[in-house]
Amino acid sequence: MSNAHDTLASERRRKNILSVVLAIICVIYCLPVVAVVVNSFKLNTYVKTDTFALPNSESFAGLSNFITGMTFGNYPFWRAAFFSVLITVASTALILICCSMAAWYIARVNSKFCKLVYILCVFSMVVPFQMVMFTLSKTADTLNLNTPWTIPVVYLGFGAGLAIFMFVGFVKSIPLEIEEAAAIDGCGPIRTFFCVVLPMLKPTLISVGILELMWVWNDYLLPYLVLDINEYRTIPIHIQYLKGSYGTVDLGATMALILMSIVPVIIFYLACQKHIIKGVAAGAVKG
Amino acid sequence: MTKKAKGGSIRQSSIRRWAPLFICPVFVAFCIGFVWPFIQGIYLSFCNFKLVSKATFVGLDNYVQALADASFAHSFWYTAATAIVSLVLINVIAFAVAYALTQNLKGSNIFRTIFFMPNLIGGIVLGYIWSMIFDGILQAYSTSILLDSTLGFWGLIILMCWQQIGYMMIIYIAGLQAVPEDMIEAAKIDGATKLQTLFKVIIPNVMPSITICTFLSLTNGFKLFDQNLALTGGLPFIIQPDGGTINTTEMLALNIYNTFYTSGAATRGVAQAKAVLFFVLVAGLGLAQLAYTRKREVQQ
Repeated sequence: MSNAHDTLASERRRKNILSVVLAIICVIYCLPVVAVVVNSFKLNTYVKTDTFALPNSESFAGLSNFITGMTFGNYPFWRAAFFSVLITVASTALILICCSMAAWYIARVNSKFCKLVYILCVFSMVVPFQMVMFTLSKTADTLNLNTPWTIPVVYLGFGAGLAIFMFVGFVKSIPLEIEEAAAIDGCGPIRTFFCVVLPMLKPTLISVGILELMWVWNDYLLPYLVLDINEYRTIPIHIQYLKGSYGTVDLGATMALILMSIVPVIIFYLACQKHIIKGVAAGAVKG
Repeated sequence: MTKKAKGGSIRQSSIRRWAPLFICPVFVAFCIGFVWPFIQGIYLSFCNFKLVSKATFVGLDNYVQALADASFAHSFWYTAATAIVSLVLINVIAFAVAYALTQNLKGSNIFRTIFFMPNLIGGIVLGYIWSMIFDGILQAYSTSILLDSTLGFWGLIILMCWQQIGYMMIIYIAGLQAVPEDMIEAAKIDGATKLQTLFKVIIPNVMPSITICTFLSLTNGFKLFDQNLALTGGLPFIIQPDGGTINTTEMLALNIYNTFYTSGAATRGVAQAKAVLFFVLVAGLGLAQLAYTRKREVQQ
């Protein structure tokens, strides 16, 4: 009896030690983000020389980095942020609507064409972007898909694979009887899809939506090659452009920019954490 | 024909009438965004071209040049080393963290939230953040990540670990939570030590997760581009005896990109040939690894 008590006590001690170790790792894990926050309030010269020091009376820059950052590189930051949001939201919405419809069609209609599209989608998931980047950007140019308002079509095309794959997998698990019952009650295919199938797809819609959001928001190369970057920039393009084209970058202002671009993402993450983590787990298990 | 199948086909034909609405938008976009560029890409890899419209067929010439290119070979070995080292580190650490977090610890949820967070920050921004940090550390030793290729290598590995451990951890946690509790209980009653339980019961049961994670981190490693571009951009470079330059920390994807866009339009055919080789490699690796690890999974 006392033996069992001892094991329990040592078990508890072991867990406490583990908690402390993990907490220390977590603090180290946060340091890069903390470094961004700290440096965004420092004057440029001090970012380079005292990267890890807290701002003091000499190096503290107040909000001046944020003000310079807004118009840094002769391109207003809010414009890049606007295009980033526009492209991400429009592409994700387009992918979710079109791919769930197509996936339902593929799962329910038994034809050679559907099988072919499905196989091509699965195949497209293993093709790296570099394989198609040159020809894709030329095709997009030819078809005038090179503006933030039309680039969602390109995203729909290149991102359809994963979305269709995940949706088809889920639709196949929905019993056919439900749709048959709807058909007997007089639902046509359109109403069957939108009123019966789509509500059942909700968890998968959220998972796929999260994965696509994360991909499009952070994507650099596709919009960089497709868009005219003097006119239209997304946040990653803007940041890379600043780094690439200036010999002496104002590091303080850049850190302020980076901070402004990651804070909304972190807030979004903390607000929808549960869905994001579930979405990632679901995407990985199926993909 | 049975009644059910017939009913199904009537329903199918009523759905089929709506094909233009349901499948055409995706099909058209898919052709624009994938099928056509892919086919054209394969074709252009056999051509000499500056513009897509003025391509002349040159057979396997581009492939011969691509394979003879010292910078391409270097980037291949560099990518392979990066992918393998990061694969091992990321998976071992992610599994260990996931295992720790499934022990009913206090604050598990907070830890999980923090570990996953770097995943949401894009590769370009990550590269920039870490280059500032590495510069801050390395200036004390009066060097820079852009001057030493060994530092560039390990810098990239640290960055990749920081970004991807959280992602893999989520997958491992899902796998670990699915291991039947009574199986672990039974092992305990039979007198298995913690370590034995881990290796003989838990790991065989999470083999599907391990398959997915190794597959993901390997292809992630091979396809890495943004982080590589933003952290070192391939620097430092060395000049070859024949006058060519090799960017010592340049990975395959960046090498292809540079051949396309920074070496002038003359080498676009070679770049496209490299891209095809890259595709064959990535696709082949993914499939091979999947086939290999699937064999070792526990049959359930």
